[in-house]
Amino acid sequence: MAAPSSRTCLQYLLHLAQDNLDFRLPSPFWCLDGLSEEDVRTVMARSVCAKSAFELWGHGRTHSELRTSLLKYPSENMTPFMQRDSTYRINVYTFNKTLEFADRIKRIDAMEYLPFEGTVSLKSPQHIFCLLEDYGTDPNNIPEHPSYVYFGRWIADGQRELIRSHSVKNRHFIGNTSMDAGLSFIMANHAKVKENDLVFDPFVGTGSLLVACSHFGAYVCGTDIDYNTIHGKGRSSRKNQKWRGPDENIRANLRQYGTQRSYLDVMVSDASKPVWRDTVLFDAIITDPPYGIRESTRRTGSHKDITKPPDDFCGESHVPVSMAYHLSDIFTDLLNFSAHHLVKGGRLVYWLPVYRPEYCEEMIPLHPSLRMISNCEQTLSSHTSRRLITMEKIKEPEESDALAHLSDPRFSPYQGHNAFREKYFSGLNKKLGKDDSMDKVNGEGQEG
Amino acid sequence: MKLLTHNMLTSHVKGVTKGYPLLIKATEVKVNEVEFNPEFVSRMIPKLEWSALVQAAEGLGHLHELPAELTPDYEKNEEFLKKAHRVLLEVEVIEGCLQCPESGREFPISRGIPNMLLNEDEV
Repeated sequence: MAAPSSRTCLQYLLHLAQDNLDFRLPSPFWCLDGLSEEDVRTVMARSVCAKSAFELWGHGRTHSELRTSLLKYPSENMTPFMQRDSTYRINVYTFNKTLEFADRIKRIDAMEYLPFEGTVSLKSPQHIFCLLEDYGTDPNNIPEHPSYVYFGRWIADGQRELIRSHSVKNRHFIGNTSMDAGLSFIMANHAKVKENDLVFDPFVGTGSLLVACSHFGAYVCGTDIDYNTIHGKGRSSRKNQKWRGPDENIRANLRQYGTQRSYLDVMVSDASKPVWRDTVLFDAIITDPPYGIRESTRRTGSHKDITKPPDDFCGESHVPVSMAYHLSDIFTDLLNFSAHHLVKGGRLVYWLPVYRPEYCEEMIPLHPSLRMISNCEQTLSSHTSRRLITMEKIKEPEESDALAHLSDPRFSPYQGHNAFREKYFSGLNKKLGKDDSMDKVNGEGQEG
Repeated sequence: MKLLTHNMLTSHVKGVTKGYPLLIKATEVKVNEVEFNPEFVSRMIPKLEWSALVQAAEGLGHLHELPAELTPDYEKNEEFLKKAHRVLLEVEVIEGCLQCPESGREFPISRGIPNMLLNEDEV
């Protein structure tokens, strides 16, 4: 039997998509070792950021170096895929450059020094190989020659098709702040959502995050303070549609993608006053809390600075008089809730709005029961961004933990009445001049 | 509202200490077919208060031979899991309300969706 160790030292190449750049290393090509092919397939079965994965056979800064590298690759690792009775094709992929058809063919022909014994089949080959050329990241300065070249055997593609198939553009029920499909799946991956998990979203809105979680086989539930959104009523967020139709609700969204068995329940509820029995534990909590800009932050209770009650299209008051839900409270409550209601090892994944000029890592909310896993920035404007925060529950909370944050200076940036919202709008005012900024506020508070 | 969800809800009216389980007063109940997934049902059972589930199902007239006590080795008992599946996921309260057992406060359920919001004076 051939020595297994040579196969376990294989390198893999991931070709990453050129979006969500803030979430990853700068290059779209990522070499990995210490993995098995099964590991790679598992990753590709979930990733929406990776385009393709290859078993890396050779690489170099020039085609000459590539050739040297390939000739050094153990032939016993090549021959299983080069058998005489097999079919194959070679693809050429050039990053940041368009290649003429003739040039592609030239490159494929140049690979003939490899011991291909099988027959070429363009339609449905058993084995696919790929020559990848990296022409840098500057589209205005494309070099004559690639800075790096790779050659490998194609293993699997990622799940980027989900971004198209689950696009919010074609979804039955959307709202002003529905999370785009790509980000929803990234969040579900950060939360390690798997089949038969119980997942909860306390600011569920139109359920975009639940759609992504249901795709991976989890059972989902959510709450939202907004009666109309939960019931799928009120004004449509679509350009050419005034009111929502009868089949617009979260359940219908799951039905659209064939995951209706995943739907547990949604409820009208205030996230600051949880309705779950103490021992209820979720496998994951995934959410996009309101930032106070496009949707107002609200909670029930009377207070001096009461915000204007939402317009309710059927004239009844479904929502008790709201008071401003200070942003710092949202995160305190969310972390505290997660510490109590996640299984050990379960994850909380949420977006934190950031005023960039004042950002520092110390202002990310913490909790003794939760360990920070990642913090990925998505820029929204020159002075604002949001950060995708992933935390994992490491131990049960203690009574004293609930008050721990109060003495912590890290919460001051979010305190005060909607401080983030003020900074967001003051930034806009400075940029556009005060009159223009009022137009940008269009749609704010519309969802109630 | 499904009975799996109901089993996990409690009354959060201010001052209430015995807010679980909420009483169900249903005016419309539906039984929908939901794809049977024994692994999921099995995973949820440890999270449940079994007697509250039985009580709720009975109150709706949808007990469907669900045993009053958990069967040992239920993970492998497909018959049992099917009955649990039916009660947990297929029975749905469409209209009615949930009542706090201590304060009597009612939370309406409409179109299958409970409204758990409290008024300013109740928080």
